[in-house]
Amino acid sequence: MKKKKKKKVTYGKYGYLFIAPFFITYLIFQLYPLISTFYYSTLSYYKRNGREVISFAGIQNFLNIFGLAAGERAYVLQYLKNTLVMWGCNFVPQILISLLMAVWLTDTKVKIKGTGAIKVIIYLPSVITAASVSVLFKNLFSQYGPITLALKSIGLLSENFDFMSSVAGSRGLISLILWWMWYGNTSILLISGVLGIDPGLYEAADIDGAGGWKKFTDITLPLLKPIMLYTLVTSAIGGLQMYDIPALFNVTETGLKGLPNDMTTTMAMYIMRLYNSDVGKAAAVSVFLFVITLAVSLLLFFFMGDKEEKKLKKLEKQRRKAGAK
Amino acid sequence: MQYKDSYLRHLRNQRIFRMVVCIIFCCISLLPFLILCMNATRTSEAIQSGLSLIPSTHFLENWKNLLAKQNGMQITLQRACLNSLIITVPGTILSVYFSSMTAYGVHVYDFKLKKYAWAFIMAVMMVPSQISIIGFYRFMLKLGLIDTYIPLIIPTIAAPTVVFFMKQYMESILSIEMIEAARIDGSGELRTFNSVVMPILKPAVATQAIFQFIAQWNNLFTPTVILTTDSKKTLPMFVQLLSSNQFRTDYGVVYVGLFVAIIPLVIVYLILSKYIVAGVALGGVKG
Repeated sequence: MKKKKKKKVTYGKYGYLFIAPFFITYLIFQLYPLISTFYYSTLSYYKRNGREVISFAGIQNFLNIFGLAAGERAYVLQYLKNTLVMWGCNFVPQILISLLMAVWLTDTKVKIKGTGAIKVIIYLPSVITAASVSVLFKNLFSQYGPITLALKSIGLLSENFDFMSSVAGSRGLISLILWWMWYGNTSILLISGVLGIDPGLYEAADIDGAGGWKKFTDITLPLLKPIMLYTLVTSAIGGLQMYDIPALFNVTETGLKGLPNDMTTTMAMYIMRLYNSDVGKAAAVSVFLFVITLAVSLLLFFFMGDKEEKKLKKLEKQRRKAGAK
Repeated sequence: MQYKDSYLRHLRNQRIFRMVVCIIFCCISLLPFLILCMNATRTSEAIQSGLSLIPSTHFLENWKNLLAKQNGMQITLQRACLNSLIITVPGTILSVYFSSMTAYGVHVYDFKLKKYAWAFIMAVMMVPSQISIIGFYRFMLKLGLIDTYIPLIIPTIAAPTVVFFMKQYMESILSIEMIEAARIDGSGELRTFNSVVMPILKPAVATQAIFQFIAQWNNLFTPTVILTTDSKKTLPMFVQLLSSNQFRTDYGVVYVGLFVAIIPLVIVYLILSKYIVAGVALGGVKG
């Protein structure tokens, strides 16, 4: 054992060589841009008569985006709200349905046929280009789209309803697309989580005469908590960056404003709208988005703590064992 | 006996009920694709008259209309597919190769900064690239790389999630003895990695390559910022054009365009689905 360690040390310098490409690329193309984004957020940096005017602006950009300066509106808060509402309306049904799927598809008493095929089918939407999905749904649900017409003909929608001019309709459809794309992914994650739970626990519960619901609330749910929390955080971080779907769904021809009435515009769409015209403001929005994303990630550590983390690691190990079989 | 019978009946009813619900969910997942395929074969007038799941015969006609509309445009559907391939194939290879290399460096060698390097990779895994787009755009502008494919290909060398996955895989499969045996045979460190380690990693490399390909192929945000010339645009950017006024009015053309953008992906997915679904389940818990 000792000898091996000594040998490793002699070769140690190769470690730097092997990780160098990653770190060099990361520093140049990700970390430097991130830091300079913070720097740009303190500059007033825009074009006038084709020339760039640059000056130090302090916190002016932040005052501007929060609507604290004269003549500025707090768009960013509205867009944050839009983003969170659309993400939330997709996540709640997503996690509930995924839980249902996870329990049903792993149930050994009531065996369902074709679980493999079901997994393949429900995961399918998430590999398709989000841009294409968005344009497809827009066509399916437009005023004379096939699904709108079908819903009207069976009387579920009133004759003159138009998804695209209704705030709830447009937001609801974006949430629906997100749900449609991602519930399969979450289901598969939760299924592998359930498969990682020690079957002995369920057997013991059976001997004690526990019913299906009791087993779900007392065994499945607590042991799935780490994976569910993880899903929540990754989904929230992804949701905050939401761009492809709302940007192609119901927007003005120019200017990336989410219709109707700016109610489906997201934070990322706002950055995209500004990146070329008002660099300082766009950078300030990015910094704001960064802070929120960071806060969400930190919540994970806060909620999970040491105990939960240990559980997660244990669960992960079990799951990997189950996967290896 | 009676009790057991009723219990079995309960199980059977429960099974039928669950099967029905699962089939409904599968239908929800497949229905949009089905409507897409059917509408791609129908004329614009027929599409506007309502929902129908019976195929028609106008697929080629719609395709010809699309070609006619594209005529004179800088970017065509075929060109956009080609552009996406030109970016995605090298991007996928770079990200998978260098991520394996990074994971190997951290996994096999002992060096002073190893702990910090690994902590750094874990920490940046959650940072989305959208956040630094302003700095990235300005930096590329300074370097004169706007409107080239370089800013879309080279940064893929640093893919923290792939590194994480590859390291986990190495922990389960790679033994130091194997590498030492190669050293005794006189193999250099890089050669050992390329000709001994990479073949062992093949299953994980394949899975990660599929996921990287999907992610890069579907990317819309960064290319929108970087690419300005129409003829260089990628497939998701072309899809964006499909929903603009130019095409919007001709539904048959829009659906046939979407058909070409979506259905090949569906077919490739179905062929590789076994690996993909297994990969999702395995690479799930990253935290």
